[in-house]
Order: sequence, then structure tokens, then C-alpha cells
Amino acid sequence: MIEQLRETIAQAVPGVTLEIIQSTPAAQQPALLVDRDHAFATAKFLKENQQLDFCSCVTGVDYPKLGQIEVVYHLYSVAKKTGPVVLKVRAPRELEQCRVPSLTPLWRGCEFQEREAYDLFGVKFDGHPDLRRILMWDEFTDHPMRKDYVPPKDYEWEPTPHDDTLTRAVEVAGIIPPSAREELEKAKKK
Amino acid sequence: MAYDEGLKSELQKSGIFVLPFEQLYNWGRKNSIWPLQFGLACCAIEMIASAASRYDLARFGAEVFRATPRQADLMIVAGTVTKKMLPQVVRLFNQMPEPKYVIAMGACAISGGPFKDGYNVLKGVDRFIPVDVHIPGCPPRPEALIHAIMTLQRKIAGQTLGQDQRWYEKSATTEFPIPAFGAHDLEPPANREVWQPPRNYTDVTIAEVLKK
Amino acid sequence: MIQQISPIPTGMIETQTIEVSIGPQHPSTHGVFRMDAVLDGETVVGLKPVMGYLHRNHEQLAERMTWLASIPYTDRLDYFNSMTNNWALCLSVEKLAGIKVPERAEYIRVIVSELTRILNHSCVIGFMLQDLGAWGTPLLYAFREREKILDLFESLSGARMMCNYMRFGGVRVDMTDAMVAQAKDIVAKFPRFLDEFEQLLSNNEVLLARCQKVGILPKELAINASISGPMARASGVDYDIRKVDKYGVYGRFDFRVPLGEVGDVYDRYYIRVLEMRESIKILNQALRDLPAGAFVAPEVKLRNFKIPPGDGYGRVEAPKGELGFYLVSDEGGKMPYRYHCRPPSFINLTTLEDMCLGHKVADVVIILGSVDIVLGEVDR
Repeated sequence: MIEQLRETIAQAVPGVTLEIIQSTPAAQQPALLVDRDHAFATAKFLKENQQLDFCSCVTGVDYPKLGQIEVVYHLYSVAKKTGPVVLKVRAPRELEQCRVPSLTPLWRGCEFQEREAYDLFGVKFDGHPDLRRILMWDEFTDHPMRKDYVPPKDYEWEPTPHDDTLTRAVEVAGIIPPSAREELEKAKKK
Repeated sequence: MAYDEGLKSELQKSGIFVLPFEQLYNWGRKNSIWPLQFGLACCAIEMIASAASRYDLARFGAEVFRATPRQADLMIVAGTVTKKMLPQVVRLFNQMPEPKYVIAMGACAISGGPFKDGYNVLKGVDRFIPVDVHIPGCPPRPEALIHAIMTLQRKIAGQTLGQDQRWYEKSATTEFPIPAFGAHDLEPPANREVWQPPRNYTDVTIAEVLKK
Repeated sequence: MIQQISPIPTGMIETQTIEVSIGPQHPSTHGVFRMDAVLDGETVVGLKPVMGYLHRNHEQLAERMTWLASIPYTDRLDYFNSMTNNWALCLSVEKLAGIKVPERAEYIRVIVSELTRILNHSCVIGFMLQDLGAWGTPLLYAFREREKILDLFESLSGARMMCNYMRFGGVRVDMTDAMVAQAKDIVAKFPRFLDEFEQLLSNNEVLLARCQKVGILPKELAINASISGPMARASGVDYDIRKVDKYGVYGRFDFRVPLGEVGDVYDRYYIRVLEMRESIKILNQALRDLPAGAFVAPEVKLRNFKIPPGDGYGRVEAPKGELGFYLVSDEGGKMPYRYHCRPPSFINLTTLEDMCLGHKVADVVIILGSVDIVLGEVDR
């Protein structure tokens, strides 16, 4: 099925490189990995010739080990009631080069989802009509869904019902609570 | 103040109530709390449910949900306060006339709740505005909100006129500073005048232990 | 002191557009949603939705915990319909791991999901009428019915709203005979409420005047903009995932998919009434045919639950539209490597501007009400 589709696309879009990525054995949703330059042409072919008129789900996945960010499109056909055809595009993780073509001109439904992927992953979609942050505020500079994101340190220690007991344990018996053990060891080494 | 209790009850039988002005004033205030119609997340649905058919908040005089902060005197922070929403919450609180009260409804408003680890979630609304009543629960049942309103009513009934109240002091600030959006976090991340981080026992006692 | 008054212009008086920010604190934005509207007089000439005021980092939190621990978080996505949210995640995980669900569990899932659907639709109509200015009455009627269903959910799962009821391979606790009887009672009485509701609303002159030919969404745009659920069906898109995917045991039930013709606010209102009637049909069949047997697959070990590496996407027809989860598992398989939720109400907002352009600002509120958004799901 997916092999057939791959052949069809390869004939229709000259120069495209397609790779099949398998899903989990049970899910049976193999994906097509398309190179960035031919992603738009491939998507256009899928929309016009395969009647995949419904772009359901768009999201990013961060792969620091590969050094790449993947954008995943799930395409369905409302006319033929088939699907999904999974389309994947990869881009380098570096913020300047992290660019993929936007599919919003083909499917309006991608508009907000691509903005979300830009906000959370830092993927820039070329050709997107209105690429702004959607969930975080405009002044925010990070892309929090990347695996190397460091959240701000606003997580303060708060009292527990066992507070008095713990303090007394430290003062009287010298029992160190597990949370403080690391700090104490560090201090001892110094 | 000294009352003749016998005389008082004697008068009450004939429909004459003798009581200090303060009590009368508080009685009026506590039975006509107007909450701000301001839902943030899941708890807002339970807030609506407590005002709706079965639970009927009107029995406690608190059913007049006002859509504008200028007419409200109770803010029910019903749901998760995110960092993006917080400046608006503080601004709404500033716009409410004194005397004003806050109920932190649900685990999220108290401390961040299940979403505490999130980068966009504020770890408790009491970091920026003073909270009078906290209700635990995720979400609290409507009965819990009614209980919170009754707790607040008790608090109002116990307040004295002209003493120790924020809104009677001329120097007191009723405007709470609104944090700005920073590059990574809110700036500042907490209002230190309202909220102090609790004493960290690891800071103090470990040093003492090391001395020994 | 005499002030200089600028001369009155002799030509056409030019109007200026003004920008109005509706929300995030506004009684009719259903939470903390904001719209930046550009108005020419009272006519909307531009409208940008602004969201993120309830962005609670559901996806990142889920990537830090086990598969099972995410189920309570899905309750808080669309906080009206915790049951269908649970089902969406469970269905996706079952798809990835290849788990077969026992028949009784599938029937129980259908029963609770369809109850959720009638709960959601009646509340949505109540809220929409609230936006129209019917202050209170329809909403109170809807909440009265909601409480009856919530009582059942509470006896079933222990919680009113956040049920946390489904598990991978089934449901958490069995439905007793008393609960089945309670559900039958609710289902038997619901059509009467619906008749009452319709008598009050469907042919109401004010409702017709405010809703008909307002906020029209053409069919082609609805498909192109990935609109799903009752909103797409009101525009005439014949697409119901219960019929298309036949997930669970939906293939066995006899029900129809109501479709709208115009795609205006009235169609979106009426499609929900019709869907409730179809849900009643499904519920009657499911409660009649509820088989005996296991309510959870015994071979699924929830402790130390693992999924083989790979990805997958599963979706259900939630009351608001297509709710899907895209999950990626890596080598360890204990925790999701990537966990993405495809929220229907977030994507249904794509065409809000198209529907609102040219209408008065008062209509924006009911158009938004007819989209049926829940901010927990829009922002996650």
C-alpha cells in the first residue's frame, strides 16, 4: 500500500527522495519521510491526485540524537474516507536552519498547528501567512518543547505537614532528610 | 462593650434588635457577596454548577456574578493561573473596589496542582495577590465552594471597623504591582511584599549540623 | 480662552476602524480566550484569535511520566468530557501496543461516551443561549440534566467531573446492575427533557432571527481547514469518525449522522439537538446488548507498562470533534518520547475570522458560542 504510494509519488514528483519509516508493529501506520525541497510538491500531489483533502494533525518531534527536528503531518481523505497517510519532513535542530516549507497554502487547517510547532519547537515554516507565537507570550525567547529546554527556577521549597519533625530530626538526632543529603555531601567535599 | 444580655433578648422578643453598628454592617456585607464572573479552567465549571440548579449559591447571597471587576467584591480564582494570564488576574484584582476578598479554588490556584511542573504554570496565585480562603480539590465539589463562601462570611463577620484593615489605612497600597513578561519567566517571579518563600530548613540547619 | 475648532469636513465623513480586545476576562469567551477584533462601526472587519492563557504544558508533563500517569491529565483537557478524552488516549495506546479490549469494556466505553456527548451538547446549547442573552434559563435546564449524568459518573468512577475511568485494555471498575438501571433511567427520561428544550428554543423567533444566516461556514472551507465534529457536519461534511473508523463497537449500532445544509449558527445548534437524539438511540442499543464478561483485558499489566519503539496516531469522535493522540515511543518504552494531542476545538477556531467577517460584534459572541470551545483543550 505505502510502497505503491511511494512509487506513484516518485513518478509524479521528479527528484524527490522518499523513505518509509515504520510505526510500531501493531499500529500499522508507516510514514513517508520526504526531503525538505520536495515536501510542498509532494503534499500538493497528495492533495490533488490522492484526494487527501483533510490535514488532521501537525506536530513536531525533537530528536537531539539525530540532530534533527521532524514535522509530522497526518493526512486523511474525507471524500474517500481513507487514511491516514503520514508525511514526515526533517530539518536540522539549529534555530537558523530549522526551516521547512509550510503546507498552510494547501490546507488551512495547518495554520494554527504550524504556529504551535513554531512556538514550541522553533521550526520556521516558509510560506506561512502569519507565523507568530501562539501559546506563549511574544517576549518569550525559548522553545519549551525541545528536549534541551531548561525551565525557569521558580520552584521553591514549600512547607509540609512534617516540617517540625524534619527540623527537629536535623537539630536533635542529626538525621538528614533525603532531599538535603546531596547538598550536604557537596558541602563535605569542599 | 457591655450589653445587658437579658434586656437584649427581652427586646428581641418584641422585634427590637440592639447590636453594635459594626455587627450590622458586617451582617449586611457578608450576606451580599458579589463574586466576579471569572472562570479560568476546570474549576469554573464547578463554580457555575454551584450557582446552578442543584446547589444554588443564592441561598448564601453570593449568586450575583458580575462580569466587571468594578462591581465585584470577591474574586474566585477558579482554575490554573498561567504565567501568561497572571498579569490580567492582578489587573482585575486591582480594579476591584475595596474591601475585596479572594478565594483560591482548587489545587492549581493554591499551588499549581497537578500542573506544577509546567513551565507556563504559576505555582500558586498567592505569590501575587493575598488569598483569604483556599479550597483544596481538583476540582473542588460545589459543596466545597459553598463551604468556602461560608468560611469567608465568618471572616467578614469577625472584622472590625477601622482597625487592622488594609483598606482603612491611608498609606496602604491597594494596587498590587503587575509583573512583566520576561524572556524566560515573569519579572519578578513573585511579589515579595505579599508572599515570602517559607524558611528553607536545608539552608539553616545543615550549616548548624556542619558546625557540630 | 477661545479654542480653535477644526472646520467640519465638507466631503464624506470618513470612519475610522477601532481595535477592540475581547477577553481574556469576558463573560462570553468561555474561559480565557481572547479575540482581537477590528471594528468599522459595529461591523467586524478583522478578527484574530489569541490563545495560550491556559497553556498548562500538558504535552511536556506527559513526556516526563509513565503512559498510565497521563490519563488523569487527559481529564483536564476538555473538562466537560473526561470520558471521551480518556478513551482517545487509551485507544491510541492500545493501537500502538496492539491490545485487544474485551467486549464488555467496549460497551461500557460506548455507554459512558454517549452519555458524555449528551451532557456536552446540552451544556453547549445552554452556554450558547446564555451568549444570546437568554440569561440563565436554558443553562439551568442543561445543568439540571448534567447533574443526573454526573451522579452516575460519580458512582461509577468516584469523581464528578474528572472521572479517570478508562485504563489500557478496558475500564477501571465494572458497571454494576444498579448503575445500568440508573443509566437506563437517565436515557429513558432524557427525550422528554429534549422535547421540552426544543419546545422552548428550536422555533423561538428570537433564536431564529439571531442565528439563521449568521456565521456561515462553507463546506469546502470546512474540509480544507480541518474542521471536525458537529461543526463540520453542520456545514454538510459527511464525516463522523464513529462511522468512518468504526472504532470500539460502533460498527454494531444503528444510528444516523445528521447533516446541516447551510452551515450557519442555527444549523450548528440544531445538529447538536439531533446528535443527542442519535446518542439516545445508541445508548438504548448498548444498554440492551451489554454483554457479560471481563471489563478489563487481564493480560495487560499496568505496572511497568511498556510500548515497543515506534509511533502511531489514534483518534475518536469526541463531542467537539476529532480528538487524536500522536504518540512516539523510544527504546525504553516506559514513557512517551513524544506525546501530542490533536485538540478539536483549537483547530475549529481556524475559521473563526472567516465566519465573523461582515457581521456585527454582537454576532461574534454567538458564532464563538456555536464553535463550542473549551479552553483547557484549546491551549492544553
